[in-house]
Amino acid sequence: MSTSSVLHVGLEVDGAGAHPAAWRAAARSSSDALGPARLRDVVAAAENAGVTFVTFDDSLVPPAAGPAGRLDAVTRAAYVAPLTSRIGLVPLVHPAVTEPFHVASQLAALDHASLGRGGWFVGAGDVPGARRALDRPVAAGADLLDETADVVTVVRDLWDSWEDDAVVRDSATGRYVDRDRLHYVDFASGGEGLPAGPSSRGTADGVRAPFTVKGPSIVPRSPQGQLVVVGRAGTVPGGLLDVALVATTDAAARAREDGAPLVVVDLAVTLDAAGRLGADRRAELDGLAGVPVPATWTGSAVDLVDVLLGLRGVVDGVRLLPSELDVDLPVLVRDVLPALRVARAVPTPRPGATLRDTLGLPRPTNRHVAAAATV
Amino acid sequence: MPDTPDVPRPHAHVHLGVFFQGVNHTTIWSDPASGSQTDFETFRRVAQTAERGLFDAFFLGEGLRLREQNGRLHDLDVVGRPDAITQLAALAAVTTHIGLVATQNVTYNDPADLARRLASLDVLSGGRAAWNIVTTDNAWTGENFRRGGWLDHSQRYTRAAEFVRAVQAIWDGWDAPEPVRATGGTLDIEVTPTVPRTAQGHPVLFQAGDSPDGRDFAAGHAEVIFSAHGTDFDDALAFATDVRARTVAAGRPEDDLKILPGTQFVLAATDAEARDKARWVKEQQVTPATALSLLGQVWGEDLSHYDPDGPLPAHDPVIEVIGETRGSPRRGKRPHEIAQAWRARAEAEHLTIRQLVIAQERERGFVGSPSTVADELVRWVRHGASDGFNITPWLVPSGLDDVVDLLVPALQERGAYRTAYTGTTLREHLGLRAPLTHRVAAAAQV
Repeated sequence: MSTSSVLHVGLEVDGAGAHPAAWRAAARSSSDALGPARLRDVVAAAENAGVTFVTFDDSLVPPAAGPAGRLDAVTRAAYVAPLTSRIGLVPLVHPAVTEPFHVASQLAALDHASLGRGGWFVGAGDVPGARRALDRPVAAGADLLDETADVVTVVRDLWDSWEDDAVVRDSATGRYVDRDRLHYVDFASGGEGLPAGPSSRGTADGVRAPFTVKGPSIVPRSPQGQLVVVGRAGTVPGGLLDVALVATTDAAARAREDGAPLVVVDLAVTLDAAGRLGADRRAELDGLAGVPVPATWTGSAVDLVDVLLGLRGVVDGVRLLPSELDVDLPVLVRDVLPALRVARAVPTPRPGATLRDTLGLPRPTNRHVAAAATV
Repeated sequence: MPDTPDVPRPHAHVHLGVFFQGVNHTTIWSDPASGSQTDFETFRRVAQTAERGLFDAFFLGEGLRLREQNGRLHDLDVVGRPDAITQLAALAAVTTHIGLVATQNVTYNDPADLARRLASLDVLSGGRAAWNIVTTDNAWTGENFRRGGWLDHSQRYTRAAEFVRAVQAIWDGWDAPEPVRATGGTLDIEVTPTVPRTAQGHPVLFQAGDSPDGRDFAAGHAEVIFSAHGTDFDDALAFATDVRARTVAAGRPEDDLKILPGTQFVLAATDAEARDKARWVKEQQVTPATALSLLGQVWGEDLSHYDPDGPLPAHDPVIEVIGETRGSPRRGKRPHEIAQAWRARAEAEHLTIRQLVIAQERERGFVGSPSTVADELVRWVRHGASDGFNITPWLVPSGLDDVVDLLVPALQERGAYRTAYTGTTLREHLGLRAPLTHRVAAAAQV
């Protein structure tokens, strides 16, 4: 797929900001920081500024350096769904942590509630503490890559387990659904260990426990058919992704070769704001963090606009990770996104458009319908 | 209203909830007024109508595998529903007061994950979340989950108690210095909580068990019991009396566990019109195909080729016990006895298959004018047969409109229903005390 001259802008909206020390600098109580008012304000500001999608970072267990408080990401995304009309809502769900069947149901429900603006940010990386929290084996390391591929596959299977027109409401025969348009998925994962359960407590750390899913889904096929699956390049096979996230533009070509239809680069930013230079803010946050923090881009709104304009044709989009939402988001909204709109560098999501529509991705034909059509 | 000695609870109010969606053949999908059973807009409309009617709560059910009959997906009833907590989070954004109740089972969830998701809903809704605790040991449902059919039938209430204790510990352990540890025969976990306490302490606990074990579980753990005793006054009073005794035996005040039976309302201008309407509702619910399907559940075979307007099968059922699946309300019953009784009644009253099945459908809920039904509901709560009702509308999304527009005002005229929300949390709407675990902690500090 050729890269267009349009740049999609995504925004990470978790917590106080993407910098590990952002919560220490924020002048908010934990209940204000986690409450519904702030969540709706942040997402509304992003939508009004023309952001294509927001991501909601998450983890079942709190990160070592982060704040203790964090609400479930799918629940947060669902809460803002009826309060918004154009922006994509992409919560992080970790494939080795949440039950695959629940992942499929929760995200399909998000897609219904948002009228087709749901996505799945596939969690990656080992989750220390998950095994103790869940009382079952949790895949890690190389096994986690295989586990992720299996879970994304079965979730996609479940999203196709209802054909779009399965509900027929045929009074003549009394049938609400046509059962021939519902499909068992009969998925069996790989894995060497014992199936999850009390007997698997002796399994070594990080070993995959095999699992099966019968199906069909309990949720009818959602507006997008398949939600937009976003994942870090190298952690999910490209063919299973709609959007590959890369850390640098150097990795874009490789991600495209792996089969990802769209490639989006992550960009952590600390902007000149409130009369202070981004570099100074950044140094102060690093000092508060107490742990090493990866470098971020620092500079003015004008300079950031130039950087973003330069990404057109290189990648399909950028996901901005503001160091501190309270400080960086107002600058993005007031000074950066308007300049991109004036330059016709960003798309204008239409009300009622699905996230796939806005990203220029086709709505996938249900595989069972497609298979029947080719016979 | 003056105190009258023969009315034990002269000032009691009726509490209403709405259960959506109904399972089995409750929901009439064939009516022209029946809307989408899937679209978010339908759920929004029902929840907002209930809130306009000052209801305590909006309930979502759970079914983690699509129902089957004779090894095939059941196709006659409404099927397919959203994940409950996800849908309720979206509804939290478009409502302001009504409680949001998610049915979630303890066999195919993880306490760490479920506690967090429910608490997240509770934070985002400003203290309006509740958890309707259900058990299952059904290996057939387990085929959709990592653990499979891992839980033995005899362990299901052990699992439920251990799971609920773990969830409460996670909710209460937000600012504890150490991670929460919960252990038992069915779990062994260590979790660091990530969600602060909410405006109502923690989500309200509902439970729907009806067996002696289920009632004891509710008496020990739940704050609301969602019973099936919502039609006959004497039956409801006997249930309520039994549950209150169990609650006291569990060391709690008898009003600590609120009783909200599931039920159905059929309202019309006059009692006679309402009776006609109730007959019509039942005929719509039991379509010819549904009549043959219900008959097939008893006979244990596919009888869809029979004439619904003809006689019952002459041969006996091919099964000894009605199987564990799959949404049959008669599971575990003896089909030969049922068949014998059904044939005898059909012969005596000259009934066809469909007429017989309709006649056998249990009369359910309340039928009458708003005034008649209001009097009856007030009698129920003031005599202690229940604290209110959990209504399953038979038409969606408009099925609550007449309840809110006609019945609620009639209850208000009788001084038995709120005229405005006086609190903001579900716990306040229901008149509940602080969560059980908080009371224990407070008492220990004294």
